[in-house]
Amino acid sequence: MCTVCGCGNAQVEHTHDHDHDHPHDHGHDHHHGEDVHFGKGIAGIHVPGLSQSRIIQIEQDILGHNKSLADVNRAWLAERGIFALNLVSSPGSGKTTLLCKTVEALAGRYPLAVIEGDQQTSNDADRIRATGAPAIQINTGKGCHLDAHMVATAFERLKPAEDSVLFIENVGNLVCPAAFDLGEAYKVAILSVTEGEDKPLKYPDMFAAASMMVLNKVDLLPYLDFDVARCIEFARRVNPDIVVLQVSARSGQGMDEWLAWVNEGRRRAIAERIKLLEAKLATAKANLG
Amino acid sequence: MHEMSLTEGVVRILEEQAATHGFAKVKTVWLEIGELSQVDPESMLFCFDAIARGSNVAAEAKLEIVTIPGQAYCLDCADTVPLSKRGDGCPKCGGWALQVTGGGDMRIKELEVE
Repeated sequence: MCTVCGCGNAQVEHTHDHDHDHPHDHGHDHHHGEDVHFGKGIAGIHVPGLSQSRIIQIEQDILGHNKSLADVNRAWLAERGIFALNLVSSPGSGKTTLLCKTVEALAGRYPLAVIEGDQQTSNDADRIRATGAPAIQINTGKGCHLDAHMVATAFERLKPAEDSVLFIENVGNLVCPAAFDLGEAYKVAILSVTEGEDKPLKYPDMFAAASMMVLNKVDLLPYLDFDVARCIEFARRVNPDIVVLQVSARSGQGMDEWLAWVNEGRRRAIAERIKLLEAKLATAKANLG
Repeated sequence: MHEMSLTEGVVRILEEQAATHGFAKVKTVWLEIGELSQVDPESMLFCFDAIARGSNVAAEAKLEIVTIPGQAYCLDCADTVPLSKRGDGCPKCGGWALQVTGGGDMRIKELEVE
């Protein structure tokens, strides 16, 4: 791995078997100008007895290690045509219920798999498995978020099918998971209408990182003072491009729209895979002469 | 408290750099933390004290945090404007058609080592 920019992915790439032949280089060269000479200390020269403090410019992204692992995950998913979503929310927004209903609605149409992240217990993975989809639980222990390495480990164990949809249910937490790319296609923030409508302003990092906001439990709106229009306005203040769906996983309201969006995402992931395969085929044919 | 993971990342980078550049100890670490990044500088300082203690290379290091101001491009004003937190409006027109263009990252800028 390049220790200056954190790019490169040797650590993860070779922990699993794969049969692709993409080149493992990347689009920049490695001249970071980081040579260190003894005469470059603060004193300017090497004088015995004087402190040899020196300054090294490293310009390294603190999240670079996670990002490089997330890029490996993204490539792994792309090769297999897997559409992966990272579902983020506070605890109790109804993520698992939404997932169970989604799995039930799509059962038999195409393969689905679920990665469940929680501090403790396998309750959520058990709930998903009861609907018939393969699921794996990641317990983060004291950790407050999933990271790209944890998800890569889950890929190996879960082995999601080609051209499937993979849902990654992050730890219930509207703060920390915002910073950690897992290699997903999109982050989907789920906000239930029993929470405050100003949550997008209170936790802006998450709503800025998400591509979609699912307003869940909308069947309860008649009993609440939740102002949907205001909530959407707040979300757009931090993320003008965020797509908003209003859903009730319990009553089924809005589920068709949600499922249509998931289908479209999967269709695009498969179309991308076809492009990759066609490019490989063209290369093989060219090599044949 | 993802600052704990981030700080572990910082210490890992210091250890990698020590191996690459052949220095024994880091005296000072300059971190650039964007105003719009997902990190609380105070927590970072707290976590660094706790985590650096377990590392030979970083145990005596001092963490200096340099705040990088947030910046956005306002589509309505067609201009770059300062933005100190997400959710704030454009300081010129009050609108929210803003794309963050600076202050969203966190990185180690440089090290003083010996």
